Amino acid sequence: METILLFAPLLGSLICGFGYRIIGERAGQIIATGFLFLSCLLSWVVFLTFDGVTEQIQIARWIESGSLATDWSIRLDRLTAIMLVVITTVSALVHLYSFGYMAHDEHFREGETYRSRFFAYLSFFTFAMLMLVTADNLVQLFFGWEGVGVASYLLIGFYIRKPSAGAAAIKAFVVNRVGDFGFALGIFAIFFLVDSINFSDVFAAAPEIAETELEFLWTTWNAAELIAFLLFIGAMGKSAQLILHTWLPDAMEGPTPVSALIHAATMVTAGVFLVCRMSPIMEFADTAMTFVVYLGAATAFFAATVGLVQNDIKRVIAYSTCSQLGYMFVAAGVGVYSVAMFHLFTHAFFKAMLFLGAGSVIHGMHHEQDMRNYGGLRRKMPYTFWAMMIGTLAITGVGIPLLYVGFPIGFAGFVSKDAVIESAYAAGTQAGGFAFWALLIGALFTSFYSWRLMFLTFYGAPRGDKHTHEHAHESPAVMLIPLGVLAIGSVFAGMVWYKSFFGSTEAVAKFFAVPLQTEVHAVADGYAEDGKADDSHSAKDDHSEAYDGEKTGDGKGYDDGHHAEFGGAPGDGAIYIGEGNTVLDDAHYVPNWVKVSPFVAMLLGFLTAYQMYIRRPDWPARLAENQRPLYLFLLNKWYFDELYEVIFVRPARFLGSFLWRRGDGDVIDGGINGLAMGVIPFFTRLAGRAQSGYLFHYAAAMVLGIVALVFWMSMTGIN
Amino acid sequence: MSADLAIVLPEIILSVYAMAALIFAVYTKKDAMAPTLVLATSALFLVMALWIGTGGSATGSAFNGMLQNDGFARFAKVVILVSAAVVLLLSQGYMKQRGLLRFEYPILITLAVVGMMVMVSAGDLIALYMGLELQSLSLYVVAALRRDNVKSTEAGLKYFVLGALSSGMLLYGASLTYGFAGTTTFEGIVQASEGGISLGLLFGLVFMAAGLAFKVSAAPFHMWTPDVYEGSPTAVTAFFATAPKMAAMALFARVVHDAFGTVVGDWQQILAFLALASMFLGAVAAIGQTDIKRLMAYSSIAHMGYALVGLAAGTAVGVEAMLIYMTIYVVMNIGTFAFILSMERDGRHVTDIAGLNMLAERSPGAACALLVLFFSLAGVPPMLGFFAKYGVLLAAVDAGLTWLAVAGVVASVIGAYYYLRIVYFMYFGDPDARRIDGTIAPLNAGLLLASAAIMLLGIVNMFGIEGLAEAAAASLVN
Repeated sequence: METILLFAPLLGSLICGFGYRIIGERAGQIIATGFLFLSCLLSWVVFLTFDGVTEQIQIARWIESGSLATDWSIRLDRLTAIMLVVITTVSALVHLYSFGYMAHDEHFREGETYRSRFFAYLSFFTFAMLMLVTADNLVQLFFGWEGVGVASYLLIGFYIRKPSAGAAAIKAFVVNRVGDFGFALGIFAIFFLVDSINFSDVFAAAPEIAETELEFLWTTWNAAELIAFLLFIGAMGKSAQLILHTWLPDAMEGPTPVSALIHAATMVTAGVFLVCRMSPIMEFADTAMTFVVYLGAATAFFAATVGLVQNDIKRVIAYSTCSQLGYMFVAAGVGVYSVAMFHLFTHAFFKAMLFLGAGSVIHGMHHEQDMRNYGGLRRKMPYTFWAMMIGTLAITGVGIPLLYVGFPIGFAGFVSKDAVIESAYAAGTQAGGFAFWALLIGALFTSFYSWRLMFLTFYGAPRGDKHTHEHAHESPAVMLIPLGVLAIGSVFAGMVWYKSFFGSTEAVAKFFAVPLQTEVHAVADGYAEDGKADDSHSAKDDHSEAYDGEKTGDGKGYDDGHHAEFGGAPGDGAIYIGEGNTVLDDAHYVPNWVKVSPFVAMLLGFLTAYQMYIRRPDWPARLAENQRPLYLFLLNKWYFDELYEVIFVRPARFLGSFLWRRGDGDVIDGGINGLAMGVIPFFTRLAGRAQSGYLFHYAAAMVLGIVALVFWMSMTGIN
Repeated sequence: MSADLAIVLPEIILSVYAMAALIFAVYTKKDAMAPTLVLATSALFLVMALWIGTGGSATGSAFNGMLQNDGFARFAKVVILVSAAVVLLLSQGYMKQRGLLRFEYPILITLAVVGMMVMVSAGDLIALYMGLELQSLSLYVVAALRRDNVKSTEAGLKYFVLGALSSGMLLYGASLTYGFAGTTTFEGIVQASEGGISLGLLFGLVFMAAGLAFKVSAAPFHMWTPDVYEGSPTAVTAFFATAPKMAAMALFARVVHDAFGTVVGDWQQILAFLALASMFLGAVAAIGQTDIKRLMAYSSIAHMGYALVGLAAGTAVGVEAMLIYMTIYVVMNIGTFAFILSMERDGRHVTDIAGLNMLAERSPGAACALLVLFFSLAGVPPMLGFFAKYGVLLAAVDAGLTWLAVAGVVASVIGAYYYLRIVYFMYFGDPDARRIDGTIAPLNAGLLLASAAIMLLGIVNMFGIEGLAEAAAASLVN
């Protein structure tokens, strides 16, 4: 079943991509979509029936070279199961949606076949992404990793006649190369140390790696730290984290379904998946993980600030994605991988929906993407409006704080985002504290820009081209059905799976098949005694006390004192939680103000947006005028692109043109051309002149030849 | 005595046939008999080739080592006989059309072939010279076959005078060798040069090498080649480019290995020099040519350079590589000349390269086959010509002549230009140029395609040539 699930998209892609000339474009699209839905159905079956025990399903012997031997096989555990569901569901819906969205496209000439190509790319992407998440070893994962990169490149640049799309595709590819370089180095380091790239071997060797020192870049590193860091560089590239984030907003040049599938729900979360997948090593790399927390938090904050002022509807959502990815990394960084996966899971639904909703708006508005030209679309596209509304409620985190009826009540984003923020606080470290505040402000900004998007698009008076507004229309059913399905996920995904991802330690351990440590309290006591009780531990204790005092009013009926802890060896379950990592448990006992704070931030953001875009629509312009430097700073995305232009692009271009003009042009071409056009013709003319036709010249040449030979031989020949 | 005769039976049969055919034609219808004679001669050549090739003829040494019919000789003889037969058949249509098909032509070719067969099995300086002269004298005559044409007679005369000069050098070298070795047999010369060569013997070697270099048209003894190639009737040029080259190269190998096999270091320098000069001269001088026959002349000079690289290695592997190279060279040239013979514009034979412009438009099949052949001649992988070059260069590297191999590669890059230029003309040339008609006789077309096909299929399987060449080389070098 897993194998069919995996290869159905590939088959669909091949049939659609190569067979459309025979079976017709529409049939190709239907086949690709049909295979995807089959894949999706099987994924849900796998997800819901999966018992959590890691399975390895061998497909083929793959590489055998020296000590490198590896299979092509599926590693099916909870992480994989989650990702399968996310990928195939979103992908299937996006396929369906694309029937409507790609029906007519002014970027292509009349009669050109581009739809089958589009569907083939989408299916190929899905296959590569499935390869990535089902990988049983690092190289297989890398194959999928690069496969999605290629698909992303092809799809961003799908509008082949649009120069900006081509540039964006190249940018995405090149920036990802930087990350992939780090990732590849990480894989090399692992192979160097473990002599294997299979996950089971690598995980088993994780404690050993943590004891090893490695020489790299003239510095001695702890091997686990180094590997974690290098792998995270790869994750940074794919997941558009700060420094390597610049490609993601530009990637919006691709068709909107692509943005929904690749640049919101699936591919960009691959980095988060990688960190979770490599949790057995990450858990031994405290410094690297601190870095992850800082960077994730910074990204979440940075992207949210930029999102505040963007005018392109897709760019707003793109920065929002970038920001939400930061949330996930913070969760992973503080050691609650389940929460990272939780946010990944819920985010996939509401972000895909926001993108598809935006696509629906763009489609209805004849490819107008500037929100300043929208307004009052609520009545023109009611279904899209409601879908976007649900998405916005989900992303901003609307719910009822502190109410717990076996699960919290609220939209998906409310549940998972609060889980991330609480975890960050519960980590108790300096990084955790920084992350907590950064994420909190991020949540405020998220709320603001999400509502700003809603108000600008659907409320107020129509702006911009009158003609466009008159012809604005609701999208066809094939585009609305996916929105509806995703809306269900956006509403319920958080509440339904709350327990599995962020419930009690036992529930999470059961879900991810992580063994539990049997000693209750023993470890916690051990901490207090070993005299190393630093700030974090005492902070934890404080929380516990605070919790003890108000536990009855809390409503979350946890057994008193039941502090179960994760145990087992690295690689036992889908994730590995190191000894002493109790963040998940602690997150439930954070003070109430912490629990309420994201909600308050959301409310503040909403009110500000309401004030600025509904009650006083003149405020934004005035504010932008008053705070011009800040506005420009944000509008220009903190000038990252300009900075890179100066630091990397220009020197590279200079070097390139130098080597091209001077090195290749002058030296190599000059040399070769000089030889070919100057020296050789000279000798050719010489030979032509020697071939005079006169017999005596020929005879003289022969005699000269023999003289030369005799001379040479008598000089050197006698030995 | 009868054993000796058995060994030279093929040569005797061919000689008797030549004389009998001469008398027969003279006393019957003379030139009208020519087509019959051409067919009969070709058939005889093929029968002889089959006989020798399958090991039917007696082997060993005859007349006290005067002639050696060993594996090496047999390999060379088969190549000579087959190529001579094919070129003879190929030339029939061309000669007939131009009124050149005289009955002497097949007979002269037969005598030349007999001379070549004596050359490749020579075991003595006397036999060597006898075979060489028999071949050369026949060739001088066929070069001037077109008696009423100035160019043809000029070609014959130039060839004759320069050939005489080279014969003089060869004879001078032979007499020096005889004087210092005291014998004319190769066996005796080897014994005389055992443990170091005397100055006299060395000079003998140098002069003989010069004489032989003339026959293989190696630079700087190549000057006759372009003029003779251009001036002779194209059918004769085709013959010059194939069988005699093989014979002269085989004779060269025989002299250096059989007679001077103990002083490899001495003649290696001579051969390396000749090879180097030929490769570069052939590559550079061909660039300026506008006549395809002259171009093929320079091409053959360059190719002889590569064959000499294999010989210069001085090893059995080198000889094997040389034999394979020559075989492939002969096949490529037969294919190319099959086309050149059919180059016509308004019914007149033309040889200017400009006529090939946009050939792909008029006869795409021929253009494609020529493309394969020219790529092969240039040594572009995966054509067989590449592997031929690869073999000789590898042998040179193994023998420590890396510099020569590198030079060979550089020369082949330069040489690729003029082959590719023709391909360029055929496919992307000027459609307004005065083009050839592009019609090809069936036999020519068949040979052209077969030759091109061999260049491609040979990569998979060289039809067992390697094994035979290896055995041949082993019988020469010991």
